[in-house]
Amino acid sequence: MSEVDNTALQTQAESLLQNLKAKNFQLRGPERMAIPSQVMPVQDPQERRHNTSEVALGYSPEQAMVEANRCLQCKNQPCVEGCPVRLPIRDFISRIAVGDFAQAIALIKESSLLPAVCGRVCPQETQCQVQCTLGKALKDIDKSVAIGRLERFAADWERTQGAGKLPACQPDTGKKVAVIGSGPAGLAVAADCRRAGHSVTVFEAFHKFGGVMLYGIPEFRLPKAIVEAEVETLRQMGVELIPNFLVGRTRPLQSLLEQDGYDAAFIGIGAGLPNFMGIEGENLVGVFSANEYLTRANLLKAYRRGVAATPIVEAKRVAVLGGGNVAMDAARTALRLGAAEVHLIYRRSEKEMPARVEEVSHAKEEGVQFHLLRNAKRILGNEQGFVTALECLCYELGEPDASGRRSPVAVPGSEYILPVDAVIVAIGNSSNPLIQQTTKGLEFNRRGNLICGEDGRTSLAKVFAGGDIVLGAATVILAMGQGRRAAAAINAMLSE
Amino acid sequence: MTIKPYTILYKEQLSASVFLMRIQAPHIAAERQPGQFILLSINHEYGERIPLTIADADTAEGSITIIFQAVGFTTKQLAQLPVGAELAVLVGPLGRPTHIEKIGHVVCVGGGVGVAPLHPIAKAFKQAGNRLTCILGARSRELIILEKQFTAFADELIICTDDGSAGRKALVTEPLQELCQSARKPDLAVAIGPPVMMKFCVETVRPHDVPIVVSLNTIMVDGTGMCGGCRVTVGGETKFVCVDGPEFDGLKVDFDGMIRRLQAYRPQERRMDEEHECKLSKLEQR
Repeated sequence: MSEVDNTALQTQAESLLQNLKAKNFQLRGPERMAIPSQVMPVQDPQERRHNTSEVALGYSPEQAMVEANRCLQCKNQPCVEGCPVRLPIRDFISRIAVGDFAQAIALIKESSLLPAVCGRVCPQETQCQVQCTLGKALKDIDKSVAIGRLERFAADWERTQGAGKLPACQPDTGKKVAVIGSGPAGLAVAADCRRAGHSVTVFEAFHKFGGVMLYGIPEFRLPKAIVEAEVETLRQMGVELIPNFLVGRTRPLQSLLEQDGYDAAFIGIGAGLPNFMGIEGENLVGVFSANEYLTRANLLKAYRRGVAATPIVEAKRVAVLGGGNVAMDAARTALRLGAAEVHLIYRRSEKEMPARVEEVSHAKEEGVQFHLLRNAKRILGNEQGFVTALECLCYELGEPDASGRRSPVAVPGSEYILPVDAVIVAIGNSSNPLIQQTTKGLEFNRRGNLICGEDGRTSLAKVFAGGDIVLGAATVILAMGQGRRAAAAINAMLSE
Repeated sequence: MTIKPYTILYKEQLSASVFLMRIQAPHIAAERQPGQFILLSINHEYGERIPLTIADADTAEGSITIIFQAVGFTTKQLAQLPVGAELAVLVGPLGRPTHIEKIGHVVCVGGGVGVAPLHPIAKAFKQAGNRLTCILGARSRELIILEKQFTAFADELIICTDDGSAGRKALVTEPLQELCQSARKPDLAVAIGPPVMMKFCVETVRPHDVPIVVSLNTIMVDGTGMCGGCRVTVGGETKFVCVDGPEFDGLKVDFDGMIRRLQAYRPQERRMDEEHECKLSKLEQR
């Protein structure tokens, strides 16, 4: 979409808003249903594939108000049912609809601590928006109220108003909480425990805070300034943030509790152990986990050639294996790092792709080539051990499996060779074994995930957990939701 | 909890390109065990994270000792830092500690700067009551490091140089071979050094049924298991050096695969080196 189109979107929104104001926002259902969906302005695909700036530019206030007026304000609020943290969606949208943005963000923040992040990265089409009455009435989920974009709008609006109000903290209780990991789960626990008056220390193994929001999700999808602002808020609330500290190795978890005076600990270390395919050639030079590729590019800023000291492969033809958000992120990062061709290899059809619909369409617009119902069979290399090609095998969809997805079946003899000079493996993560190796008494399931109760309580006294280390690889909002539940349990335990 | 700045407390140039530094890190000094390593970076925003082994630690001073060769982009810049400078990033101790036990006669073989990580391991084996033979190798006399320290605790110390300028003119595999054939055949060998040296040490002991432990130093980003950049094939399985290692059964390591993976960024490194030298020479011209 070009610059001109973005202007047209704004002109359309301004004229629609005038009509709404003329009616004093008092509309009947059918009138609301007739308001066209507001398209979010984006950077031109041909331009953005060469830069790292954010792709989606966000609604203007006019667009946000028009979109919010599409909401039917259902009594039963099905959208809220679809939200893992039960955001008061209907109510915050009703505030945006009349231009009361301050009240909208205040309502959101009662349930969510990271609205600017979740508005951008939540899979709304499988959570709140799939439940939307409007989308159902119009028989098109794409025509549901754009809840995520409105959430993002409210959060961005607050940030542009200058420093938001710091959340109030209760008087100091003298109790200490250790939070291990600074991803969405850990940050949520830190905020909620600090608000309850406890002193909180966040331990992070990397040199910067934010976890997957920083090293994994690229700048063009989630600007780092947003994550940094959230971390800065915690710092100002008095949360102690310690980088370069790997609990388990730098200090055992038990020492924190037994010697360092922490009254509770929360483990939110994520599912940080990349899975590989287990195919021939996977250890050739030029084969990377998406974690490594994205961390080099995002956290270590390898895209700034000549400035950053961290090298990154300079591949011209890249294959990405997988169909989730991480695969899309890796593919689109490869384009931005100068790849002429990026091929995404996915075993099932597009319908089964776990990635957000928006990321899939953005990737296509930017020129990522999709090879659906294909899978990597082996990776070929030259004598020096560098990748030269990928051998792929074609699949067709068979009967639905236990998860309800139709499982792909290989087509014998359908192998073909795709010449590439880098392969990025983005087929998910397993849980990191480190805390398991170094902490006695913690119970894990067979997949290496921590076993804990509804409130995040683990098998060890005073130790709670949440996020991907419990869920397996999931989403920012689920991690945050678990963090908040665990924080509530920690706060209850410490007040006993 | 307070973490002190990672200040360089002491610096010594051991040879033309090898440097020793003691860095303030009481929290790492307190926890580290033989065989473990650290990751460091010298620039918070744009630095490269590199793994370096811990050569020693002083809990009284609250410091760890690193010994490194200024060969890559970051190690060359690190070597330029003066005493009093602070590192931007220092995380550790990382990796599984060496399994130390009393088994009888242990031979520790170190090559080049690999002698540095070997130091705490050898010392620990001696303290556990083993008979300890150490073989240290380098290209020439001035590249031999820590000779004095090893002399202090080794039952026998054999120095080898490629050019014969110190000790025997031999590769470390020669005395290792002789030991394996002698009446004092070792019960365990530990080899740390350049990959090629470790590979040949393994081939030297293999026919004699002497178990051998090697410590691998691969490319890493986080050092916590998150990136998988450090993966090596051990006994046909993919292992992560950072969380499964850094020490492995040498008889099972695919050294050729590992050596190839170490070449991954050679072209970029060479270019960065040239650009860096180019900038430096321009500065000098001014």
